[in-house]
Amino acid sequence: MKTEKKDMAAALPMVGPVTLWLLFFVALPLIFVAVISFCSIDQNYNIQFQFTLENYRRLFDASYLQIYAQSFLIAALTTVLCILLGYPFAFLIARTFPKRKAPLYMLVIIPFWTNSLIRIYGWRSFLGTNGWLNSLLQALHLTDTPVDFLFHQGTTVLGMVYCLFPFMVLPLYTAIEKLDQSLLEASSDLGAKGPVTFFRVVLPLTASGIFSGSIMVFIPCLGFFYVSDILGGGNADVIGNLIERQFQSGNNWPLGAALSIILIVITLLLVKLYQKCGGSMESLGV
Amino acid sequence: MNRNGKKKMKRGLGVAYCTLIYLFLFLPIAVVAANSFNASTTKPYLSWKGFTLDWYVRLFDNGSLLEAFGNTMLIAAASTVLSTVIGTLGAVGMYRYKFRGKKTVDALLYIPVVIPEIVLGISLLTLFSRTGIPRGLFTLILAHTTFCIPYVIFNVRARLAGYDDSVEEASMDLGAGRVQTFLRITLPVLAPGIGGGALLAFTLSIDDVIISYFTNGQVSTFPLKVMESIKSGVSPDVNALSVLILTGTIAVVALTQSGLLKKKRN
Repeated sequence: MKTEKKDMAAALPMVGPVTLWLLFFVALPLIFVAVISFCSIDQNYNIQFQFTLENYRRLFDASYLQIYAQSFLIAALTTVLCILLGYPFAFLIARTFPKRKAPLYMLVIIPFWTNSLIRIYGWRSFLGTNGWLNSLLQALHLTDTPVDFLFHQGTTVLGMVYCLFPFMVLPLYTAIEKLDQSLLEASSDLGAKGPVTFFRVVLPLTASGIFSGSIMVFIPCLGFFYVSDILGGGNADVIGNLIERQFQSGNNWPLGAALSIILIVITLLLVKLYQKCGGSMESLGV
Repeated sequence: MNRNGKKKMKRGLGVAYCTLIYLFLFLPIAVVAANSFNASTTKPYLSWKGFTLDWYVRLFDNGSLLEAFGNTMLIAAASTVLSTVIGTLGAVGMYRYKFRGKKTVDALLYIPVVIPEIVLGISLLTLFSRTGIPRGLFTLILAHTTFCIPYVIFNVRARLAGYDDSVEEASMDLGAGRVQTFLRITLPVLAPGIGGGALLAFTLSIDDVIISYFTNGQVSTFPLKVMESIKSGVSPDVNALSVLILTGTIAVVALTQSGLLKKKRN
């Protein structure tokens, strides 16, 4: 049984540290970013506390608009591919091979114990002009000259799908596992064919898993600058690349801050939409 | 085809599909492992020059790589301890007490989970730079603790969902103090959730690239070392270290899992 009490003296030592930590290291930094996004810079790229909307005006530069569109395309493709690949996979682990689901599930997690950068680099060496794939294609005489697989939007999507796949599989798996077998039997007893049962019963009941998985895949894609750096080679930049450049080589923090505000706004809107569709915040926690 | 044959074929297709997915997931790791045994000594170390174990020995002469790895382990250990303590206390406190601003704390908790990492990275960079906190090991630990806390809280919370707090009342009625009750009753019940949260925090910390990239100052970590070397070609000793880390992790998890299974059986 749970009883919520009001007892400040007892509560403070428990909730005090986490409250202070989140205020100082999550809320305050975001306020700093919001403030800086309205600041200007001098010739030496130092931040001047002088109000300007210039950074926000620059967000509408044609070259930036094109990158936003590209980011959305990459994120959308990644999400759709994760659903299409992940749904049957999660279904198979949870329902078809129920006796082995623990080890099968573990096998999805194990690759993530190797650093993600080095795995992305593994893809790059696999797909490169002198990589394994090209060697194989040439050995089979399918091609004479090495194929240029790298540095396209497609390879970036491949890398994103690779990195984010488990974030789709986990919520799908949870939703599919909860599915009541008797409902499926009832549907087929009442004469529904396989596809009808799937679209009218299974899919609506597991939609929550698809929603939370999509949030966990779509949003990180917009920021994953190193995947597009390593596999896209500058041809498949996402919003994260724009931000990274302003905080590192470009050294225009106010502009970078304004670009980050875009990501914050998109995240808030998508999470609101997700909650509107009945998604619960708890199922986003991995 | 009879019913049994159809069922068998369906199963076969299922096995084939899962195998393909696992191939996809493990393929780059196979490439990394193969490269760690490559005798090639010229950049970018990609053409196969024969099998060698040299890199596993030479790895221990690469001082800066070992230092970066040491930093990674230190940061992971410190931020795991910090986030586990703060997170566990917070989860129990938020479960048990009503207080002003509880909704705000709850909302703040979700920000590091849903927001793209780069936003958290640059916002912490801005905070450290504007408040004059010098960037280095210390700021890396602060940053990692920040993104680990929510995961610890979610794990402990999941465990709290089925928690009966009348055992705590019983303990207090029998004369145990608040602290004693927390240590002797609450903690043991929550242990699996706390352990799971700590393991997740450790894993997230050692793998982190993006947030470290903005908060490190001059200090390097293993993932940052990889990032640095990607432009000129990752040298095989980095691959060798990755293989060792993966093997080590699998060994640790296998040992703890089998330990848990044994306990369950008893």
